[in-house]
Amino acid sequence: MRHVETVMGVPMSIDIRDVGDHHAAADDAFHELRSADELFSPYRPESELSRVNRGELAPEAIDVRFSDVLALAERFSVVSGGTFTLRDTDGRLDLNGIVKGWAAQRAADLLRSRGLRDFCLNAGGDVIAAGGPAPGRRWHIGVRSPEFADRMLAVFSLADETIATSGCYERGSHIVDGRTGLPAGELASVSVISADLTTADVLATTVYAMGADGVRWAAERYECAILAVTDSGELIDGGDLRRALAVER
Amino acid sequence: MKRRRWRGTTLFLSLLAVLGATLGVKFYSAGQQPASTTSQPTTTTDPRTAAAAPSASTTGASAPATTAPAAAGATKTITGAAISTRYGDVQVQVSFSGTTITKVTVLQVPDQNGRDSQIAGYSVPILNKEVLQSQSAKVDSVSGATYTSDGYLRSVQSAIDKLG
Repeated sequence: MRHVETVMGVPMSIDIRDVGDHHAAADDAFHELRSADELFSPYRPESELSRVNRGELAPEAIDVRFSDVLALAERFSVVSGGTFTLRDTDGRLDLNGIVKGWAAQRAADLLRSRGLRDFCLNAGGDVIAAGGPAPGRRWHIGVRSPEFADRMLAVFSLADETIATSGCYERGSHIVDGRTGLPAGELASVSVISADLTTADVLATTVYAMGADGVRWAAERYECAILAVTDSGELIDGGDLRRALAVER
Repeated sequence: MKRRRWRGTTLFLSLLAVLGATLGVKFYSAGQQPASTTSQPTTTTDPRTAAAAPSASTTGASAPATTAPAAAGATKTITGAAISTRYGDVQVQVSFSGTTITKVTVLQVPDQNGRDSQIAGYSVPILNKEVLQSQSAKVDSVSGATYTSDGYLRSVQSAIDKLG
């Protein structure tokens, strides 16, 4: 059973393999995703984020989910030496580097709380692979080649893991190195595999902004596996990447 | 497991280098400052070499060695310089009784949150080969930076504006 909807301007899909009718659970998961967009969208004037940026909200009036994400983002910003940034180039709060992964992780947690075990939630390229597509199988998640939209750079075999990818091939250099304010540009693509999608999403953004050195930085500090491609096409790995590759040995 | 062992060995050798450097600075090159002009990782693996040429093995030092005040021949505790290695900074504190080492305390090692990370990369040929092999696997879903184009977002924006 596959549900697709556009949220946050990107296609999101939930593929549920547990037996039974799970439309209600999927609807609730999408509601969770939409409500995150309503909180954090920089494009909606009435979003919590826009109101905070306009100075309209007193700190105590701010939604607890908003302050949670802000605190998480601040921690990642500190740990990354400012590379992961909470603000856009104009100095306004911009939490796009964390919101998609965080929201998708919440939606997946909701599905799990409803007793679902086998599903794949894809939030615009950030993927949560829960359980497997069939008994005894793991989800095979391909990483898009940064060069060719219809080709795979690598395929990973995942069960109860998440993967997020950052790159510049879809939207130009939208990721900025918070230390310099300059667009990142050393890597063509970075994929991070982690137990939770919030971490994977932030790390993919951060490593992309850091460049090649970021791979080791992330692998040393977080339980994760990383596959990066440089602009010249070289592969860089971090963590136990080989374990996750969909290769028969 | 091989990689983990290798990493441990590297760390051990780095610690030896730090020790050697500390001893070298202290006992063989009194009055001579350790150079700290480059950020090259420590590559010296022989502590004797390190002792003989402290400037070579303390490159990248971010703090000079410091000596706790103590009478000659008595117990001394010396904090080594923080040494940059390819895995991060390593810093130790060494206690001496006279010229005999009685204790080594590790003050700083890479990856201080204690995660048993496998940070050594695969050899490039193996990585390339296995990534290539994985490409032919059947795919259930795709991960990618499918952030849509700015044009699309502007369009969403205009729709929201119209709605307002």
